[in-house]
Amino acid sequence: MLKAVIGLELHIQLLTKSKMFCGCSTNYGDPPNSNICEICLGYPGTLPTVNKEALDMGIMLGLAVNCKINKLSNFYRKNYFYPDLPKGYQITQFDYPLSENGFLEVNDKKIRIRRIHLEEDAAKLFHKDRKVLIDFNRCGIPLVELVTEPDISSPEEAEEFLKKLKEIVDFLGISTGKMEEGALRCDVNISLMNENGGLGTKVEVKNLNSFKAVVKALEYEIVRQNELLSKNKAILAETMTFDEEKEITIPMRSKETLNDYRYFPEPDLLLLSITDEEIEKIRLNLPELPQSAHSRLIRDYELSEKDAKTLISSKDILNFFDKSAKIYNNYKEIANWISSEIFKNLNKSKKSIKETPLSPENFVKMLILIEKGEISGKIGKTVLEEMMLTGEEPEEIMEKRGLIQISDINALTSIVEEIIANNPKEVSIYRSGKKNIFGFFMGEAMKKTNGKANPNLLKEIMLKKLDENVNG
Amino acid sequence: MKNKGSLGILNFSISELKTLYKNGDLTTLDVISAYLSAIKENEPRINAFIEVFEEEVLKEAERLMKLKSLNLPLYGVPIAIKDNINVACHYTTASSRILEGYKSTYDAMVVKKIKEAGAIILGKTNLDEFAMGSSTENSAFKLTRNPYNEECVPGGSSGGSAAAVSAKEALISLGSDTGGSVRQPASFCGVYGIRPTYGLVSRYGLIAFASSLDQIGPIGRNLDDTFLLLSVISGKDTLDCTSLDIKNYDELPDEDMVGNFAIIREFENISIDKEIAHKYEEIKKILLKSFKLKEERFPHFNYALPTYHIIADSEASSNLSRFDGIRYGKREEASSLEEAIKLSRTAYFGKEVKRRILLGTFALSQGYIDKYYKKALQARNIIRNELSLILSESDFILAPTTPSLPFKFGERKDPLEMYYSDIFTIPSALADLPSVSIPVGLSKSGLPIGIQIIGGQLSEKKLYKVCKLVAEELNA
Repeated sequence: MLKAVIGLELHIQLLTKSKMFCGCSTNYGDPPNSNICEICLGYPGTLPTVNKEALDMGIMLGLAVNCKINKLSNFYRKNYFYPDLPKGYQITQFDYPLSENGFLEVNDKKIRIRRIHLEEDAAKLFHKDRKVLIDFNRCGIPLVELVTEPDISSPEEAEEFLKKLKEIVDFLGISTGKMEEGALRCDVNISLMNENGGLGTKVEVKNLNSFKAVVKALEYEIVRQNELLSKNKAILAETMTFDEEKEITIPMRSKETLNDYRYFPEPDLLLLSITDEEIEKIRLNLPELPQSAHSRLIRDYELSEKDAKTLISSKDILNFFDKSAKIYNNYKEIANWISSEIFKNLNKSKKSIKETPLSPENFVKMLILIEKGEISGKIGKTVLEEMMLTGEEPEEIMEKRGLIQISDINALTSIVEEIIANNPKEVSIYRSGKKNIFGFFMGEAMKKTNGKANPNLLKEIMLKKLDENVNG
Repeated sequence: MKNKGSLGILNFSISELKTLYKNGDLTTLDVISAYLSAIKENEPRINAFIEVFEEEVLKEAERLMKLKSLNLPLYGVPIAIKDNINVACHYTTASSRILEGYKSTYDAMVVKKIKEAGAIILGKTNLDEFAMGSSTENSAFKLTRNPYNEECVPGGSSGGSAAAVSAKEALISLGSDTGGSVRQPASFCGVYGIRPTYGLVSRYGLIAFASSLDQIGPIGRNLDDTFLLLSVISGKDTLDCTSLDIKNYDELPDEDMVGNFAIIREFENISIDKEIAHKYEEIKKILLKSFKLKEERFPHFNYALPTYHIIADSEASSNLSRFDGIRYGKREEASSLEEAIKLSRTAYFGKEVKRRILLGTFALSQGYIDKYYKKALQARNIIRNELSLILSESDFILAPTTPSLPFKFGERKDPLEMYYSDIFTIPSALADLPSVSIPVGLSKSGLPIGIQIIGGQLSEKKLYKVCKLVAEELNA
């Protein structure tokens, strides 16, 4: 198999309050055609004005991925007819992009970034019973387009790059990066490198809407292109689309791809001029980026590489960790609970941690209860799940659900005695010296008490009862 | 007023009306009624209007009559608006069938400003479709006739706005000037027309023809009225990024004269109508009393016309892409999206508009953009620099407004011949400079002649002074 040479082209929706060139809201999920005005509908006589917030966000991303910010850039018109494009052209950047020549490190390899520019999103089309319905809410939402150099050499590396970039836009607070909502969209360019290092014909795959789709499309293309070459067939310079069900790439109609966009400078907008001071101001105000958060977690909290990586998967999770770590110093325990139980519950409810009522304070209270032995880890899981649903304090939940620990010596003693009486075979094994069967008795007792027995006290009584009869 | 004869009313200037309003000699209703009857009487011959807001203006006149906010700069002034400028709740057609049925949802910035200034909008005037033309013959709806001779065109593209003012169907009007579309019809109809410095007036709400050239400009029967209207519509608009950072007209510089008037040899080498040439020489003599005439060279003048057309048509090809029949205007039904767009544009754009879209599309196409569009941008810069050099040593440049007298309908069939009408108005448009067309008299055949004065950027106040001087000398 020949080596793959891959470049990505990403479109990232910015989380600005208003659209790129008008004052309409950018809120996702609003009723169709509720966030529209004369300007984003391209009504006759209207003119665009640049959203400063979008410009700043573009600069933030440029700085975060080590790009040079161009002090002068400008907008162009990309002309083509399509019903999702009300003006008949898209306002985008072309010859003088906002930002150029950056890189992002992925698994210790530098993936160069060619350019980052600003543009406006198109409307959304719905095809229904031979009719086309248009929702213009998306039309005019600010996008940054990020183009990499063809430095990526495997589908996994492409996925890793995307994940990193998603983390960065999340940490910068400039995009949700949600591929499932179209906030992050990916086109890939892929060719094969021959034995002499020469590049083969480039194929573009458009509209990949999940990490999985990116990986599957690239895997499919690598196999397809290798097979063609091994049969001495030519690879066509095509634009493909990805069929997510069949997991194959399909050529798009040439009509959709052969276009002369007649780019020319947008005469309705002025040159974008950005001063060194403005760039410096944005640089100084950049929030912590995933990479430095990662190092900080390892350095300050002595977490493992793996834990750190998990915690930076989203800014909200990192915030939750940081707040918890401020009031509780068993960092490893915090990290473990976040990456196991909290993630499990979030996946189940399809929510982000911010969308649950769980507070770091209550979370830590629960961890302390476990530490003090007042509840078992098992009960802790139940309590946490409840806290993530209701936001109640752990004690409240324990009381309401009868999860308060049994620490009554008499009650525990009678349970222990009952277990010993009911399991003579195991008792004799234990007493013959095979002490590692002790866990069995603990398990039985926990089963009987629904995990509510105070584990330390139980252990003490259990040991006493098992051992005392031997002596007696 | 004792004698309220409507002809009397139609002859009053804005300042005269103001005094009469103040003294209680006239009401806004008197004035609007007089103009409405003038429209009724003249429209069958002139056809300046596409739509007259008959009922609405009477109500508005009554409202203003009660309001008595006499200090508003345009209180009770009847005005006509070119139909490529949006007026909320009214049809805006740009004289194109493709916009049939399109009702504006908002007021253009200039409309907002004149409404706030107390003006009464009489209606929308005819134009060459999408302002592309120099005779208003390219209107999809009607032919507007020159009030001085009904066999002649009123000029264009703001032919309706110029004819309405000239025929006393409106006191003042708004047009738009991309390469001469205010000044040339003003000249043909014997009225004043101003193309302001690019960016002095907001374009928000003007249906774009060529964004980097379009400017809205005022038309009037006397100099003061025309400049007063300019002062009302001037000023920075945050909705138009290309509008200049001048808060309002009062903020414009009021510079002293250098004392030089530039006469351009390349202009004088153009063969023009003899009577226009004669008037031009006459104006030179008037100017000599106050200025030193300085002969200048404008080496790239010959490139102005092609440069203009390449840039204007390139921008137009993109600006007119939005007219696809999907969201507004007329749509041809078809079996596919592409087909619907194609059929609608084929059916409802006129011939000249199609020609320009094709030319502009060609000039921006791969393989040609360097040769045409980019080259034209370079040429535009050279022309800008040459004119700015001339204006660094002179206050103004003198030029005829048009090379010929108003021509007859159907006379200019060759588009190139038609384009030639704008030969003298295009250079200042390319260079973003303000220029005024002044009516300087009639030909022996009774057709109006206009002379143009071009000033430096934002020199409108100075331009007013020199125009005043010329106007007074002509009247003396």
